[in-house]
Amino acid sequence: MKRYIYINDDETSQDLYCANRLSNRKYTLMNFLPKNLWEQFSRFMNQYFLLIACLQLWSLITPVNPASTWGPLIFIFAVSATKEAWDDYNRYLSDKKANEKEVWVVKQGIKKLIQSQDIRVGNIVWLRENDEVPCDLVLIGTSDPQGVCYVETAALDGETDLKTRLIPAACMGMDFELLHKIKGVIECPGPDKDIRRFDGNLRLLPPFIDNDVCPLTIKNTILQSCYLRNTEWACGVAVYTGNETKLGMTRGIPEPKLTAVDAMIDKLTGAIFVFQIVVVIVLGTAGNVWKDTEARKQWYVLYPQEFPWYELLVIPLRFELLCSIMIPISIKVSLDLVKSLYAKFIDWDYEMIDPETDTPSHATNTAISEDLAQVEYILTDKTGTLTENRMIFRRCCIGGIFYGNETGDALKDVGLLNAITSGSPDVIRFLTVMAVCNTVIPAKSKAGAILYKAQSQDEEALVHAAAQLHMVLVNKNASILEIKFNGSVLQYEILETLEFTSDRKRMSVVVKDCHSGNISLLSKGADEAILPYAHAGQQTRTFVEAVEQYSQLGLRTLCLAWREVEEDEYQEWSLMFKEASSTLIDREWRIAEVCQRLEHDLKVLGVTAIEDRLQDGVPETIETLRKAGINFWMLTGDKQNTAIQIALSCNFISPEPKGQLLSIDGKTEDEVCRSLERVLLTMRITTSEPKDVAFVVDGWALEIALKHYRKAFTELAILSRTAICCRVTPSQKAQLVELLKSCDYRTLAIGDGGNDVRMIQKADIGVGISGREGLQAARAADYSIGKFRFLKRLILVHGRYSYNRTAFLSQYSFYKSLLICFIQIFFSFISGLSGTSLFNSVSLMAYNVFYTSIPVLVSTIDKDLSEGTVMQHPQILFYCQAGRLLNPSTFAGWFGRSLFHAIVAFVISIHVYAYEKSEMEEVSMVALSGCIWLQAFVVALETK
Amino acid sequence: MNSNAASSSTANPDAAGSPDPPAPRRSSKRPKYSKFTQQELPACKPILTPKWVILTFLVVGIAFVPIGITSLLASRDVVEIVDRYETDCIPVANRTDKVAFIQSNASKTCTRQITVTKHMKRPVYVYYQLDNFYQNHRRYVKSRNDEQLKKRSKTSETSQCEPEDTTPDGKPIVPCGLIAWSLFNDTYTFSRNKRQLTVNKNGIAWKSDRDHKFGKEVFPSNFQNGTLIGGAHLDESIPLSKQEDLIVWMRTAALPTFRKLYGKIEVDLEENDIIDVILENNYNTYSFSGKKKLVLSTTSWLGGKNDFLGIAYLTVGGLCFFLALSFTIVYLVKPRRLGDPSYLSWNRNPGGH
Repeated sequence: MKRYIYINDDETSQDLYCANRLSNRKYTLMNFLPKNLWEQFSRFMNQYFLLIACLQLWSLITPVNPASTWGPLIFIFAVSATKEAWDDYNRYLSDKKANEKEVWVVKQGIKKLIQSQDIRVGNIVWLRENDEVPCDLVLIGTSDPQGVCYVETAALDGETDLKTRLIPAACMGMDFELLHKIKGVIECPGPDKDIRRFDGNLRLLPPFIDNDVCPLTIKNTILQSCYLRNTEWACGVAVYTGNETKLGMTRGIPEPKLTAVDAMIDKLTGAIFVFQIVVVIVLGTAGNVWKDTEARKQWYVLYPQEFPWYELLVIPLRFELLCSIMIPISIKVSLDLVKSLYAKFIDWDYEMIDPETDTPSHATNTAISEDLAQVEYILTDKTGTLTENRMIFRRCCIGGIFYGNETGDALKDVGLLNAITSGSPDVIRFLTVMAVCNTVIPAKSKAGAILYKAQSQDEEALVHAAAQLHMVLVNKNASILEIKFNGSVLQYEILETLEFTSDRKRMSVVVKDCHSGNISLLSKGADEAILPYAHAGQQTRTFVEAVEQYSQLGLRTLCLAWREVEEDEYQEWSLMFKEASSTLIDREWRIAEVCQRLEHDLKVLGVTAIEDRLQDGVPETIETLRKAGINFWMLTGDKQNTAIQIALSCNFISPEPKGQLLSIDGKTEDEVCRSLERVLLTMRITTSEPKDVAFVVDGWALEIALKHYRKAFTELAILSRTAICCRVTPSQKAQLVELLKSCDYRTLAIGDGGNDVRMIQKADIGVGISGREGLQAARAADYSIGKFRFLKRLILVHGRYSYNRTAFLSQYSFYKSLLICFIQIFFSFISGLSGTSLFNSVSLMAYNVFYTSIPVLVSTIDKDLSEGTVMQHPQILFYCQAGRLLNPSTFAGWFGRSLFHAIVAFVISIHVYAYEKSEMEEVSMVALSGCIWLQAFVVALETK
Repeated sequence: MNSNAASSSTANPDAAGSPDPPAPRRSSKRPKYSKFTQQELPACKPILTPKWVILTFLVVGIAFVPIGITSLLASRDVVEIVDRYETDCIPVANRTDKVAFIQSNASKTCTRQITVTKHMKRPVYVYYQLDNFYQNHRRYVKSRNDEQLKKRSKTSETSQCEPEDTTPDGKPIVPCGLIAWSLFNDTYTFSRNKRQLTVNKNGIAWKSDRDHKFGKEVFPSNFQNGTLIGGAHLDESIPLSKQEDLIVWMRTAALPTFRKLYGKIEVDLEENDIIDVILENNYNTYSFSGKKKLVLSTTSWLGGKNDFLGIAYLTVGGLCFFLALSFTIVYLVKPRRLGDPSYLSWNRNPGGH
């Protein structure tokens, strides 16, 4: 279905498409009760309990007072309905906030401030810098003369870098006034959820320039929930609004996560249900047979000669009701209750408070604590998760002289300081590149100090270091850049910025010294992107050595270089660059090519080494968890070398003799395939050896492997305990999680940045580190912790205890219900299979509530082993991982236990009071107290 | 989502090399400390060392065996005489169709002779025992109305009593329900050497039943007036709280074989005494071939005859001794160092788990 959108036409498009009203609500005030009840009753357990409760209203068959079932049932329903209502109310509030946000929109040719929910398809929406985009727009104008604007798409795809968006060619060069009056038609497909695709075209109506059809792509759109950055203003035509935006279409209600333990409990409940049905059918049939053969002779029972049609059903139904207590109605509620207590324990834990920010850990999802103990794979981000993501300039090598090797801090190196004061030209040049060649924006704070705003942490570290070495970046004003050096102010005019891309791996600026008028090119970038372009005469061996030495220490290296550019050369190149910048096809590639023409014959100045320190306790944490049988995968957007260095330094992989690192690479399908086969072969051979084998794969090869060789890659994933995936995108991270999940592994994803959000949401358990890249990951995660090392405690202490406690509690709930139910069943054999209840309603209620529910809560603070023991022997976790405490065979054990206990209690209670003299009430009380003692004994025995 | 993705910090040439850590916020975000929240509540963790286990079993065994022996002896002291009479009390001629006989109007008086086997100390309890009688049947056990039994004002309260709730013309039956309706109506008179032995029928029901469950002002009415006669009739001038036979009967038995107190003989019975019992064999157990038995029994401090308790104690005690013994042998023959990590599963077979 195609959409034809008439730009700025208030009449035609008014009612064709929905308004820009967001709605994430599940209910309205009117439909809340029926819809919520319907939802609750679509769960099997609830249907079952309702059926039982309804049957109990029929006094002919009910063994006990109906209130004993209705009370808890209504309570349980009320609790979950209240929770739903509260959640929905919060959703309503946040929708309302978004809907009532005010935006500038052109209506009848005049710019007006209206509420976001009143935006219609075809309206022109004006945005200012840092505004959130209210709906999907096609750009038609920006403040930038070249028609570019920058958006941050983190909320949409998790990528934190800024993206450029272009206005379509047809609208290029239109002025401010004209944009108010623009008319035209946009043809585009109906709403879909593909955020990487938009195929439309635009035709402006006659008064405006030409009526050629102009193609539109995703590059010409800005989508809902993005932020406009570094652009003074932009305006666009609303194409998709409300819940029909690309974001709105992708948004689904996140599926509630079900833990392995929950799934197991459901399975066991099903088994008990089947058992119950069998018991009911057998006893019901036997009861009917007995009634027809024996009960007719028992004159005192006065069975009527004629009976209604349903008579045959009466006895089976009575048994159904008697046996309905086999499935404890309270199990869900009490499990939810104790699970929220486990979550609270995590929130409260003093040992998981981040000492720097004093932020406690937080469990957002309270329902999945026990899954923590069953994790088999941990997928971790690198930067900010394993490392602190605080870049510090540590060492440098200028013109072959190493600084900072003795002290470990170049800023305090006397040699360097002396070189600066003596004005060594190489060193000065080096510092200038550090201060100038970047996209950092200095801003003066109120107190007069200079704040640096940087997209890249590395650049920020370099600018900081330069500032401390007396080369202070003071001001950046349009294209003029001011630097203060030893009291004098130097001015540079930035002629061009050759941006950083992940393919080029370097960035450069072309600057003109305002004082002398000399033009020079300043570059910085990865060693492989700079050193090959050094001018022919320069020896680069010392720099290669420096890079080698620094990366051995786990430092991030950058090479700095410069060269002088002749005026003519610049002019000539500048034309080509302008042309490349405005091409529409393969623009990025064209620009890269043009840049290449300038970036050659560089004079390499030196190498900087920036430290991204590992967080405290990372190697220990990884080692401990590895011993606990958990496999680690590192997924990072960083480059391979850095990733491997970090992996080595945090025990992720072992160095050569003990460990082996296999790499999967290749640019084409064939290469990847061959490489994959080879790695797989090695893996298969070495599985028997006690050797740490890991594989490294980069994003490109991963893409191919996942697409064409999924099977082989899956096998590899199963074989390998460790993997490093570098240069991966957020969606690839999520794909890897998916892959492991599809092999039935329990996965935990941990990360700190927006690019980890998808993986965190996909994984069975998502852990967010509330780090320096904002709180996005922490907000999306099930657990947020302050430091990576808390993961150890989270899994080994909280996860394990939760698993043990839940395993005990759930099986115990079944045990105590079965115990009393078995006694009822035995009693029915001596009461003529007529379905008499041995216990009265009050006893049953008291048994379920006071005698069994409350004492067992003790087990929720039970510790089977001390925290220290678990930390010392992380192998204990194998038990939880394999699900040894809750599985059909342990459950069979509990089942047998309850059967045995029921037999003992029953035999004792009918005999202890001289068989023939037993009276109903006495037997009932003796049996009940027997049950209470037995279950109390079990609790005491099982809790340690 | 906003600009905090891009980091910012001050450039102060005097500051140290690394950017300052964020100022500590000593806010209330830090949860309150308590032993509970930190899961540090004191706990005791007994370790089941072999010595402790053996000792515990020994102690249990030592305690249980004497208890078992004493209770078994007490139970053996009780003298119990059982006389089954349901067949013998039917004239030989009528034995082919016992149900017809019991439902006829013929005289059902019957004499039995009981020889006392052993000296019986008073009080001697007289029980009747029925067999194959399901007082615990679901239709039966619920067929009563406790409100009606208790209060005079609730006379017309007959819910749950059907089919014995009202007379055909709608008057409420007091006491209503199948239990009362089927009240046992055999009677016994005892004599020794032609001298009558009085049977004390006072105080055979529970005091709490007499005082609280059966009203002093509730009198039977319309009872056994219908077409179907169940069991005994009740004297309409005596309140329910005094009708002790009824009260005993209405305390329903848990098992299909049950024994109910008929009365007490307040004299000692000597060995070889011959007791003549004249009984009215009225109650119909023939349609469901139930047995009827007359039981005379003394009591001990533990109650009536009951070997089960003693045997149970002896079994458990013996088992404990046996376990203690076998653990000791295992402990002596093949001792195992406590807390030996080589027994841990991951140490026993490395690799597999």
